[in-house]
Amino acid sequence: MKQALFGYLQSKVTPGEAGDMLWATIYVLLVFAGVALAVLFMNWFERKVMAHMQVRMGPMRVGPHGLLQPIADALKLLLKEDVMPEKSDKLVFWFAPVAVCMTAFTAMLVVPFGRAHAITDMNIGVVFMLGVSSLSVLSIMMAGWSSNSHYPLLGGLRAGAQMVSYEIAMGLAVVSAVMLTSMSTGTGSLSMMEIVNQQFQQGRWFAFSFFPLGFIGFVVFAIAMVAETNRAPFDLPEAESELVAGYMTEYSGFRWSLFFLSEYTAMIAVSSIAVTLWLGGWLRPFPNLLSGHRWDLAFSWGPAFVALATAALCFFYVIKMSSIRAMRLNRLGLAALAAVLGALGLLMLLPPVASRIQDIFWFSIKVAGFMYLYVWYRTTFPRYRFDQLMKIGWKVLLPVSLGVVVLTALVGVRHELLPLVWRVR
Amino acid sequence: MTQNNKFYESVEEVAPGRTFLDSSELVINMGPQHPSTHGVLRVILKLDGEKVLGLDCVIGYLHRGVEKIAENRTWAQFNPYVDRLDYVAAVSNGLGYCLAVEKLLAVEVPKRAQYLRVILTELNRLASHQVWLGTHVLDIGAVTPLFYAFRDRELILEVFEKYCGARLTTHAFRIGGCRWDAYEGFAEEVRKTCDFIVPKIAEYGELITGNRIWVERTKGVGVLSGDDCKALGVTGPMLRGAGVRWDVRKAQPYSSYDDFEFDIPIGAAGDTFDRYMVRLEEMRQSIRIIRQAVDGLPEGPLMAKVPKMLKPPAGEVYQNIEAPKGELGYYVVSDGGPQPYRVRVRPPSFINLQALEKMVKGQLVADVVAVIGTLDIVLGEVDR
Amino acid sequence: MADAPEEKKLEQTETKPETSSAPGAPEAASAAPATALAPAAPAAAAPALPTPPAPKPAAKPWECELTQRLKHVYGSGLRDAAEYVGQKYIAVDGSIAHEVLRILHDDEGYDMLSDLTCVHWPKDERPFEVVWILYCFAKNTYVRVKARYAEGEEAPTATNLWPGANWMEREVFDMFGLRFAGHPDLRRILLPEDWQGHPLRKDYDIRQQDNEWVRKNLGIESGQ
Repeated sequence: MKQALFGYLQSKVTPGEAGDMLWATIYVLLVFAGVALAVLFMNWFERKVMAHMQVRMGPMRVGPHGLLQPIADALKLLLKEDVMPEKSDKLVFWFAPVAVCMTAFTAMLVVPFGRAHAITDMNIGVVFMLGVSSLSVLSIMMAGWSSNSHYPLLGGLRAGAQMVSYEIAMGLAVVSAVMLTSMSTGTGSLSMMEIVNQQFQQGRWFAFSFFPLGFIGFVVFAIAMVAETNRAPFDLPEAESELVAGYMTEYSGFRWSLFFLSEYTAMIAVSSIAVTLWLGGWLRPFPNLLSGHRWDLAFSWGPAFVALATAALCFFYVIKMSSIRAMRLNRLGLAALAAVLGALGLLMLLPPVASRIQDIFWFSIKVAGFMYLYVWYRTTFPRYRFDQLMKIGWKVLLPVSLGVVVLTALVGVRHELLPLVWRVR
Repeated sequence: MTQNNKFYESVEEVAPGRTFLDSSELVINMGPQHPSTHGVLRVILKLDGEKVLGLDCVIGYLHRGVEKIAENRTWAQFNPYVDRLDYVAAVSNGLGYCLAVEKLLAVEVPKRAQYLRVILTELNRLASHQVWLGTHVLDIGAVTPLFYAFRDRELILEVFEKYCGARLTTHAFRIGGCRWDAYEGFAEEVRKTCDFIVPKIAEYGELITGNRIWVERTKGVGVLSGDDCKALGVTGPMLRGAGVRWDVRKAQPYSSYDDFEFDIPIGAAGDTFDRYMVRLEEMRQSIRIIRQAVDGLPEGPLMAKVPKMLKPPAGEVYQNIEAPKGELGYYVVSDGGPQPYRVRVRPPSFINLQALEKMVKGQLVADVVAVIGTLDIVLGEVDR
Repeated sequence: MADAPEEKKLEQTETKPETSSAPGAPEAASAAPATALAPAAPAAAAPALPTPPAPKPAAKPWECELTQRLKHVYGSGLRDAAEYVGQKYIAVDGSIAHEVLRILHDDEGYDMLSDLTCVHWPKDERPFEVVWILYCFAKNTYVRVKARYAEGEEAPTATNLWPGANWMEREVFDMFGLRFAGHPDLRRILLPEDWQGHPLRKDYDIRQQDNEWVRKNLGIESGQ
C-alpha cells in the first residue's frame, strides 16, 4: 500500500508517463488548485500594481492591504442573481463559460513545472496546448451567439476574428522555436519537457539562439499572446468605452467569473508556453555557465530568499500599519502571513525541500514576470482600433514570423551541416 | 419619448420584416448613459459595418433653462448660475458674465482685480485641460494619465478653495471686480503650483505623445479644416488645431490680457493629434501668463464702485472671452431694470458639437469616441 | 477714479425716470433718447465734485462705407446703424435681412457666424428680434445684424451662408417658436420633440411646464 502510494516519488518521470493514475489525479488537483490560487492572487496583483502605477493605492480595506479582496469579489459574484436572457439559446448560454474554462484548464495539462513535475508529458505537447487554446475561440463565439443580442454577437465575432488572426503568428513563432530543438541531436521534438532539456543541452535559452532570430521569434510570440488573450492594448472587444459591449455583456455573477477565471488561466497558459519555449522553462539562470555544486547550492536558495524577502516586506508593513483598534485584526493577519512565509522560507533552505521545489520556483518566477508585463501593458497603453489590430496581426506579425521561420531553418541547416563539412574536410 | 428625426430608430421602420442581419445599415444608439460621452449626450449612429454613414446628436438632457432663470433674477443673483454652465471651467464663465455686465454699466475694473481675474482664469484653464486630457485618453484606452492629471488638478482646486471656498463652482468674481483679495500666501502657492505642474505636462506628453498606438488612433482622425471651422462657428483649440491662429485673448483683449506675453499654439492638419498638441501647449502658455500676472500683481482696490442695486442702462452688449472650450459669448440685453431682460450664452461646446457629424462621417465607429473626446464638450454648456 | 463711480451712483438714481420711459430697445433708434440723456445727466449731478464723471454709455451712429452703401440700396430698410459701448450693429427690416447677411458674408468677408439668437419684445407688433453676430477674421471686427419678425412670420435661414447656423436656428425655434424658412431640418433641439410651448417667450411663466408631457412621459403630476 505504502509502496503503491509513495513508489512514484522515486521516479523521474511525470505521473502521466509513469502511468500512475493516482498521482496523476493528485497532480491534476494540485495544478488546478495552484492555478486557481494564482488567478486569485493575480486579481489582487493586477489591481494593486495598476493602482500604484496610477498614483493611488488600490484595495486596502478587505484584509491587510486588500489581500482578501479577491475572496470578497468571488463571494459577491457567487451571490449575484443568475440572469439568463429570455430569448437566448439556453443550453449554449450555459455551456459557453464552462467550455471556456475547460479549454483553459486543459491546456495546463502539459505545462512542465519541473523535470518530473507536470501532469503528463505528451510527445506533441506544444501542439496540444495551441490546439486546446484555439478551442476557446469557439467558446467565445458561442457566448456571443447565444446571448441573442446584436452587441454581444458583434463583440464575440470581433474577439473571435482577433484571436484567430493572432494564432497564426503564434503558431509560426512556436514552429521556429521547435526547429531549434533539433540543433544538438538532429531530431527535434514537440514535447515540452524535451524542449527545455534541449535548451539545457545547447547551453542557452532559445530566446538567445542564433541571435537575433530567437529573440524576434520570442517577441512575436509575446505580442501575439497578448492579443490572443484579449488583453490591452488589444482589448477592444471587451472595452467599456466602445460601443459594442463585448461577448460578456449578458453574463453576470458566477458565469462572468468563469470567463474571468479562464481569461487569467489562458494568460498563465500562454505565458507558460513562452517561458518553456524561449526562456528555459524550469532551468535556473546559467545552468551551464555557472555549474557545479556550489552554484547549484547558491541558486537553490532562490526560493527561500524570495519567501524570506516577502516575509520581511510583510513584517515591515505590519510595523508601518496603524495601531488603532480597528486595524488590529488586519495587523494580526499580516503578521501571521509574514510568519507563515518566514517559516516556509526557512523550510525551503533545507536541501531535500529545496531540490524538489527548485524547478517549480524558477518556472513560476518567469511566468510571474510575464504576468507583471501584462499588467504593465494594460496600465500604459491606449487601445488599438479594430482595423489597426487586424492590420498588425496580418500585415506585421505574420510576415515577420514567417521570415523568422525561414531564416531559422536556413541558419539551422547551415549550423548542422557545418560540422559535417569540417569532418569531410 | 418619441423622436421624429431623420434617422430611423430601427431597421424595422426601413424595411419591415427584415432583421438586422439582412440589411447592411445598422442604426445604433450611444448614450445617454455611456462612459464616453462626457455627460448625458445621446448619439444615434447609422453604420455600415464599422463605417459611420451619419449621426444625429440628441441633446437637452441637461437643459435647465438657465437663460429663462436669468430673466427672473437680479444681475448679481444670476452670477452663480453662470458657473453651472461649463462646470469644469466655472471661473471663465463668471468672468464672461461679469465683463458683459461691467461693459453695460461702463465701469472700469481696477487693475489688481483684473490681474487676479487673469490668474484665476488661467488656473481654471489648466484645470479644465487636465480634465480633458484625462478623460480623452481614457476613452482611447490609456487608463493612467487620468490619475496623473487629476492629481495635479487637485493643487489648483486647493488654490480655488482657499480663495473663494469652492473647488468647482467657484463664483469667484463679482460685477465690478473681485470680492476677496488674494489670501496670505497666495502668490507663493500659485508659483509653487506652476513650478510643480510644468514638468508634469512634460510627463503627460512622455506617456502619450510618442506612443505609436496613440499616434495611430489620433492622426488623421476627425479632421476639420480651418474653413470648415469658420463656417461652422467652431472656435477654441478646435480652430487652432486646424491652423487658424485666432484667440480672443489676443484678437479682442479683455481684462488686461494685452499686458502679458504669450503665444498661441496652432496645429497643421486639424486632426485629433494636432488638437491634443495644441491643448498641451496651451497649458504651458497658461502657466506663462500666470507667472507674469503673479509677478506683476499691482496694489489697489478690488472692486469698482458699483451700486448695490445694479441697473445697467438700457442697451445690449456681446462680450466674448476665450474659455478653455472655445469662444464663450454673453449677449446681454438690459431694459434698465434690476433684472436682465435677456441673457444669451453663446456656448462653445454646443456649437463645436455641431461639427461632430462632419468630423466622423466616413470614419470608423471607434473614432466617434475619440472625436467626442477631442471636442471637449461639457453637457452643462451644451444644454444650459 | 474713486470719485467717478460715486458720481455714477448719483447719476444712476437720477436717470431712473428717463430709462424707465424707454424700456428695452424700441423699434428703431434705440440710441436716440439715450444720446439725449448723456449730456444732461452730468450737469444735473452734484457740481461740487472735482473730477469729471465717466461718460454714460451712449449709442453713436455708425457711419462708414458699408452703412452708406446699405442705406443707398435699401433706404428705409436699414432701420439703424449705430455703435453702443464700442460694438457696432445694424438694425434692418426683416424682409431684407437675408440679403444684408449675404452682402456681409460674400462682399465684406464676415466668414464666421458667432451667434444667432432672438429676443422677445411682446409689446411690439413685431416681437421677435433675431440677432446675428458676425465676425470677420481678416478685419478682426464683429458686427451685429438685428431684424424684427412678427408672430407667424418666418425668418430667413442663414444655413446657406454659414452651416453653423443650423443648430442655432433650431434652438431659436425651440425656445421662441419662430420658424426659419429654408432650414433643412427645423425641429426642437433642447426640449423633447412633443413639448408644447416655447419657454423663452415672455408670456411663458418661469415655473410653467408642459403638464401633459410630464404626465405622459414621466408618469407624475408636475409639482409646480
